[in-house]
This record gives sequence, structure tokens and C-alpha cells, in this order.
Amino acid sequence: MIYKVISKTEFRKFIDALVKHNTAYGPRAVDTGKDGKPIYQFMPVTSADEIDFDYTVTHSSAKHLFLPYRDELSRFRFNDEDWEQEVRYEAPPLILIGLRPCDINAINILDEVMLHGPYPSPYYLARRKNTFIIGMDHLPLPDCFCKSMNRHTVNHGFNLFCSDIGDKYYLSINSSKAYTFLKEFMLEEPSYEDNCLLIERRKTIKQSFTTNIEVTGLPVFLDIEFDSPIWQKWGDKCLSCGSCAMVCPTCYCYSVEERFDVDLKGSSRQNHLYSCNLIDFAQVAGGHNFRPRNGDRLKYRYYHHYRGFAANDNQQICVGCNRCGRACLADINPKDVINDLRLERESCMICVSPSPDRT
Amino acid sequence: MNHLGFKIDKVKIASFDFTCCEGCQLQLANKESTLPAFLGLLDIRNFREISSERYDDYDIALIEGSITRSDEIERLKAIRAQAKVLVAFGSCACFGGVNSLKNKIPGEEAVRGVYGDKTVQTMPSTKISDIVPVDLMIPGCPVSKAEVERIIVGVVTRAPNNLPKYPVCVDCKQKLNTCLFDLGEVCLGPVTKAGCDAVCPTGKTVCLGCRGPADDMNFPSFIQIVKEKGLSLDEMHEKLAFYNGFADFLDHES
Repeated sequence: MIYKVISKTEFRKFIDALVKHNTAYGPRAVDTGKDGKPIYQFMPVTSADEIDFDYTVTHSSAKHLFLPYRDELSRFRFNDEDWEQEVRYEAPPLILIGLRPCDINAINILDEVMLHGPYPSPYYLARRKNTFIIGMDHLPLPDCFCKSMNRHTVNHGFNLFCSDIGDKYYLSINSSKAYTFLKEFMLEEPSYEDNCLLIERRKTIKQSFTTNIEVTGLPVFLDIEFDSPIWQKWGDKCLSCGSCAMVCPTCYCYSVEERFDVDLKGSSRQNHLYSCNLIDFAQVAGGHNFRPRNGDRLKYRYYHHYRGFAANDNQQICVGCNRCGRACLADINPKDVINDLRLERESCMICVSPSPDRT
Repeated sequence: MNHLGFKIDKVKIASFDFTCCEGCQLQLANKESTLPAFLGLLDIRNFREISSERYDDYDIALIEGSITRSDEIERLKAIRAQAKVLVAFGSCACFGGVNSLKNKIPGEEAVRGVYGDKTVQTMPSTKISDIVPVDLMIPGCPVSKAEVERIIVGVVTRAPNNLPKYPVCVDCKQKLNTCLFDLGEVCLGPVTKAGCDAVCPTGKTVCLGCRGPADDMNFPSFIQIVKEKGLSLDEMHEKLAFYNGFADFLDHES
């Protein structure tokens, strides 16, 4: 890693040059909510002026730029009684600006799942390799809990990371590509004062978290609580609408569909991001459904995120961005669900195991 | 036709309109890019939007519209007797549709409002499954041509056909749309069956539920959300009643 500082004016020039000549996505205000606050999304940008560098958080994550909601895996061409399969892995180069540490950590988790398992995904690899990531730090929102998940800082998985130290950005340059791009612009070596400002900035960020979730021992705890009535309590609220999984930066579950061309001369095999909360996620041939109750489906989403599945090395895959909590109309959010589970167990310990009678 | 070594047959299809705007049938003559290929899969026996020829031998009958006159009942029963597969085509046929709005006011008042003093025979609007058994429902106002194409291709290639079971929110989130609840509106997306590509919310217009309820949708939680957000329950009820797709839930609630 190479460290430099750059003035914010010069940084805008750098970004402007970058996005003018490449396909780029950055945070943009797309709407104003009824609370008067802007709603941000990662959207295509063609100049630095279009980017909201001081944005708070995007409603959806940047996941779909690596795992598109619908992706063609292969095409088939039919001729008489035979067929040919065509597979394309090409991904055009992409610049992604303004990702938060939790977002970059999420991509690092997806790397584990998509690239380091027994069947690495060439589709994911092509996009990942061809995406240039510029991260930016931020002060946490009141409901961010990435610090609880230990995902509030990041030291790999990006090309360039910018810490806001007032009039300047403190740059962590993590790739030769980023270093080469930046050569054309005015950079300075970090001064003693810049280093102090960086440490101060990190301290401020760390101390600004107001939402904390106790995740110590959570995997074991979840195993014990498999039959807890708490799941159905939250399941009763769940609309099974999949919004949580769609906005989540690490939900990667998908279904695969074959779609014939209308002229029947070809077909397309497509990957479609799905959600374990949807009614037919666990439905199999014959119409049998392993998880017909929304409480069970909700539970499995929490298990995948906080207990971990074998497919992702039993790692917790939640990064604590709380996008699911914000998107949920029924106000189901990790903090409340996990606290509710813990609370239930604590009160239950008191009622079912009193001290033995002395008599 | 031959496909991968299997002989495949064109679908002998007929389409009939009852009380409706014929917009759903018209959809089948749209989407020009794939129209020749689509028509290539069909043996059209009776379909006045597409062909002037009329034959009475068909396997699949598409029924557009709801039933609002007694003569329509007889006509529908005759089609049912002929068709091997009868499809409720569009929201009017599936649920009663927009036509059902008139069911809320006395029949004479409705006639007077539209036709003045002219005598018109009419009755409350009903969905076609109230009259005859229905084999397949393709909801939508109008139907999605892309979805109909997939269904017809599925019939021709003998592949299973499934409409999405989940709510519109899935497609809406995939479009990166701002949730219309965040803008202070009541949207029926969370309870409505997907498959429309969330076309209305993408155009910043709330979902009015033209595709009817999603499978196992959570109606009690939805009402609770509208209440807790301080939104109008009357507005919610008005929207739920618009296409009559949620009649079972509304009846149950009252």
C-alpha cells in the first residue's frame, strides 16, 4: 500500500478524467424521501459533477454490478437434431466510485464464495477483475452496525481508498493501476499533520457508532435457538417480498432458468438472483415445499448471515450495513431480531432453571 | 415443425372477447420484433384482432373480459365445451377487473350514469371462473406479451409453465426503484403477484394489483404496515378493490 494526500479539488479532476473515459458508477441522489432526505443509488456517471461525494448511504448495494439480478450464463443454438452452446465471460471495464468499507468487505466475502469454493464462477471473476474500485470512508448512520460485525474498516479488495481529512483526501493506493492513473495528478506525501488528521478521522468514525449488536458466540447461540418461537413472531410480520435480499450486498442465492427464443432456434440459460424469503425458494419437484412458513424462511436467511453456511466457510456474511432493515416495510432488522432472540433466552433461563429448593 | 428431433405441433388457438377493452388481445398483435416468430407457433382458428378467418375447432381458448350479461354466459359455456384448455386472459377474465367497480352501486344507477334513459341489459361483473372451470390464469392489465410468449413456447415445447409466485417488490428492487412507501404512498407491490417487471412503480405510479395476490402473501402484516406508517386505509381499500383481485381478502376482512 502507498499513501498519498490529494486536495479535494484535484481529486475531482482525477475522478472527472476517469469517468469521462470509462463506464463508471457512483452515488447519485435519485429521489427525495418523504422525510426530506435524499435517496441515493449507485448509478451511471459521466462527470464528477454528477457524483454526490458526501452521500450518506445508497439504498441498494453495488452487488448487482458483480452479480447481475439477471445474467445470461450461456446461449444455445439449435440446428435440426443438434445444438451448440456458447459461453461468454467477457466483462467490460468498470469504475466503481464511493464504496464504503462495509461494501468493499461485502465484495471480499463474495470473492470467498464465488472464487474460492470448489466451483469458481468465471462470470463473477471476469467482472471482479475488470472493476476498478474507489472506496470512501464516512461517518456511520445511526443504524449502521458494521463495527459490531468488524467490517467498519477494510485493508484489501479495492484499488484506491479515500479518507476524508477536511480539505484533502488521505489516499491508500492499493494497485499499480491506481498509482499509474494518479501519476498525472498533483499528489503530496502525507505530512505529520495529515497523519494525525487520519488517525483522528478514524477515531471519530469508530466512536460515532450508536447501534451495536452483540455477536459474540452468535453461531452457537443460533444453533440452540433453532426452535425458538421468536422466528415465527418475526415471520408473521414478514411480507416474503425479498426486498432485504435484493438490497443486501452479500445475498447471492439464485435460481437458474432456461428461456427459449420465440422462434425456437435458440435458448438462453439465465441466472436470476433469488431470495430465501420467497415462498417457493425451497419448493422442489412435485410441488413439495421444505419451508412453507415465512418464519422458517426468515430464520434461514438469518442463519446464512449470522451463523454461516458450509459454502462460505461457516463465515458470517453480514457486513452490518443495515440496508435490509431500511428496505423492510415491516421493520424487520438484524438488531431487533438478534436482541429479541438473546432476550428471550435470558428470560427463559430465569424461568426454567430456578435454584433447587433447599428442602 | 421439428425441434431437437421432436415433432412439435402448432397451438390451435382461438381468442374471444367478453366485457372488456380488447387491450389484452391487442397485446398479442404487438411486440413486432418477435411477432412473426410468435405467430409461427400458432394455428389461429378464431381471433378477430389478427385474422378474419373463423373456425370452430380449437384446443386452447383465450377468454378476455368479465361476464356482465346473461347471453355471455351461454356463449362462454359453448366455448368451454369446445376448448381443451380454457385460459382466463387478463385481469377482467381472472378477477372481474375494472368492470367490477360498478358492482358497488345499484345496477340501474350504473346504467343511467352511462347510457341515460336507454334500456341496457346488464348484471354485476363476475370473473369467468364463477361460470365455467378455468385451466390457466394469465393476469395483467394488460397481459405482458413477454409472459404470454413464454407460456406459448412452454406449451409448444411441453416445458412446465410457471408464473412467478413472489410479490412485485422483487422486480421493483431489481430496477433500483425508490420504494413508493418511502415517498408516502400506498403501493400494492408487496402483496401483488410479480411478472410485470414492476412497470408501474418504475414509472413512479403505485401498483394497483392488476395481477392479483402473490402466493401466500401476508395480508394482515400489509394492513398493519399501512396503519403504522399513518397512511390511509381507505386509500388502501380503494386500490385493493380496483381490479377486484383481492376480493377474497377484503370479504374475509369485513
